[in-house]
Amino acid sequence: MTSYLIYVAGGALLYALGTYGLLARRHLIHKVISANLMGSGVFLILIGLGNRAEGGPDPVPQAMVLTGIVVTVALTALGLAIIKRYYSATGLTNLDDEPPAGERP
Amino acid sequence: MSEHRHRTRLLPLTAAMLMLGVIGRAILALPTTGDGLAVPMRAGAEASGIPNVITAVLLDFRGYDTLLEIAVLMLATVAVLSLREDPAALSRRIAGGAGPVLGTLTRALAPIMLLVAGHLVLVGSSGPGGAFQGGAVLGAAGILLMLSGYARPAWASRRAVRWVLAVGLIVFIGVALYPLLSGGTLLQYPPENRKDLILLVEALLTLSIGASLVSLFLASASSTEGGGRR
Amino acid sequence: MHVFDILLVGMLIWIAVGSLNQNRLFKSVVMLIIFGLFMAIAWIRLGSPDVALAEAAIGAGVTGALMLDAVGHLRERATPYPLGPEAAEDADE
Repeated sequence: MTSYLIYVAGGALLYALGTYGLLARRHLIHKVISANLMGSGVFLILIGLGNRAEGGPDPVPQAMVLTGIVVTVALTALGLAIIKRYYSATGLTNLDDEPPAGERP
Repeated sequence: MSEHRHRTRLLPLTAAMLMLGVIGRAILALPTTGDGLAVPMRAGAEASGIPNVITAVLLDFRGYDTLLEIAVLMLATVAVLSLREDPAALSRRIAGGAGPVLGTLTRALAPIMLLVAGHLVLVGSSGPGGAFQGGAVLGAAGILLMLSGYARPAWASRRAVRWVLAVGLIVFIGVALYPLLSGGTLLQYPPENRKDLILLVEALLTLSIGASLVSLFLASASSTEGGGRR
Repeated sequence: MHVFDILLVGMLIWIAVGSLNQNRLFKSVVMLIIFGLFMAIAWIRLGSPDVALAEAAIGAGVTGALMLDAVGHLRERATPYPLGPEAAEDADE
């Protein structure tokens, strides 16, 4: 097993973990964290696969991941801003129909 | 409740396993060797006079990606700024001022961070560094200044700051379109001043990325009531 | 032998699970910040110092600041919904 496959496998696992968290966790911030983990998984796969070459790492996936990191932070910021706005409008921190018992409606 | 919980956990688990299977299948179908684009990219970077291949790829060979990526960042900033609940809250400071430890630390760190950001941009053509890294450090410095109360959130609404936000994208688009006038293609830098143009675009992108990150933080931070609850 | 790589990837996944399997939002976010720092080490191992620099500053720094601010805003109203059976005990505390 060559070294790049370790990272690619780790990236695939992280992506699956993020998918699970995105669907299973109900708190919206947990969903944003899950999306971040999915993104990191994709980046690991991209750069990991770019390390297959004997002649050194492939610079193109690295550049793509560099832009991807900045897009991820934009996604996170926009998601969190919408979550806060949603929270002040509804008092909810998840997408359930009913507010949980004991919480502000 | 537990049965409901059990049922709602089955779907995510299936989805995650499905994803793992699809990705695993796709990865195993790929050839295990091959140089990809590493060799031609390195040769191209040498020829274009930018020894750091990543910077060459970002701003030269795949400049289109970077251009659109900056546009995405700009759009997200505009969206977050327009989601602000209470623009008046911006006039308050985020923190109630810095204590002695945070104050001293910020006074010591902020100039160093500015220096590092500038260094990353300048060194970016030959070593690790460039507009994204410099912009990230610049943004982090700005957020630190905001958190310790040395910079005012209200600055996010200033016209000058808005121009700083936009200048990277505007100049990048200008540089991208300019070759079209003389019959070239989009983003085809003129060979004689390619390095200077790339450095100019990088420097302005650094400013814009830094300003975007600070604005993203500010616009969301300002919606807390003065941030005192933290 | 790739002991270090296996350990590093194992740590990454362990931290990621920890971040999701955590009902205290603040702890989740701190785990995500630690995750970003470990990702930066992984990028160095994969021969991409450029990405490592950006990850350390953005992935660990700016994202962490944004998340912590959001958590402060929502005052830690995590819905108890654990990821695994062992977390169910934590949720009852």
